[in-house]
Amino acid sequence: MKLPIDDLHKAFESRVRLGIMSALAVNDTLDFTSLREYLDVTDGNLATHIKKLEQEDFIGVEKSFIDNKPNTKYYITKEGKKAFEEHLKVLEEIIKSQK
Amino acid sequence: MKKERDYTQDIAEIRSMMERSSKFLSLSGWAGIMAGIYALAGAWIASSFFQFNPDKIAYDISLSGSLTGDLPGVIPLAILILILAIGTAIFLSYNKARRRGEKVWNSTSKRMIIHMAVPLGAGGIFILMLLSNDLAGLLAPSSLLFYGLALYNAGNFTYDEVKYLGLVQMVLGLTGCFFIEYGLLLWALGFGVVHIVYGIYMHLRYER
Repeated sequence: MKLPIDDLHKAFESRVRLGIMSALAVNDTLDFTSLREYLDVTDGNLATHIKKLEQEDFIGVEKSFIDNKPNTKYYITKEGKKAFEEHLKVLEEIIKSQK
Repeated sequence: MKKERDYTQDIAEIRSMMERSSKFLSLSGWAGIMAGIYALAGAWIASSFFQFNPDKIAYDISLSGSLTGDLPGVIPLAILILILAIGTAIFLSYNKARRRGEKVWNSTSKRMIIHMAVPLGAGGIFILMLLSNDLAGLLAPSSLLFYGLALYNAGNFTYDEVKYLGLVQMVLGLTGCFFIEYGLLLWALGFGVVHIVYGIYMHLRYER
């Protein structure tokens, strides 16, 4: 039996990246601190994963200032949403075929 | 096979992350129970000590100033109950959030509070208008109605049950608008009994 594992996007191999995408899929924007709290990871770890998703153009960055402090917000891009939905579909197929 | 991995776990984590990041789940059932107890005590004090039990919408002060009971005593009482209930809810949510390893003031709680504050703010201004026009009979029903709207709105950002709680409060509030003489009784039912039933249900369902 052939599993569609090859169709899974490599960007979503990491649970942290999957978590970032899940959180951004249901929120218009989230800042770095919120993401870090939800995922329970270190700053450096989160930054690395975010960079990777940015390189794939799956998430976008919105930089602004609140009270002269930089505030970085992240959002899911159209491509990111599409890739994430496809990933979910493939996961579903795999689970179905495993039953 | 090297790439064997528990994909069901992936799905479970995606789902949990979507829920955690979009809904505030640190509301405690105990907050409902305590708010209900404060409200029942308040309603009892208002009716037996301040003789506040209006049976019609408007009172003509020039005929008799005491028909509505001691309104100046009821207002601080209502504010005290409000502060107690909100304080208890914040304290219990803070504890629950800490046990869940989350912060109580995060993007989900902010969103929930903003969506509650808008109908509550409108209701508060409306109630000030009622007070300034001696429309004592509508005070209890309209506080139920606007509170219900606020909960219904907030229900989008927390447990779904909060939505139903809001609907029940709105129905009680509207009933009170039609049957003014039962206004305080319905208020006690909504803020008191319904809160307690809701709190017990939430506690049994989510906190055991």
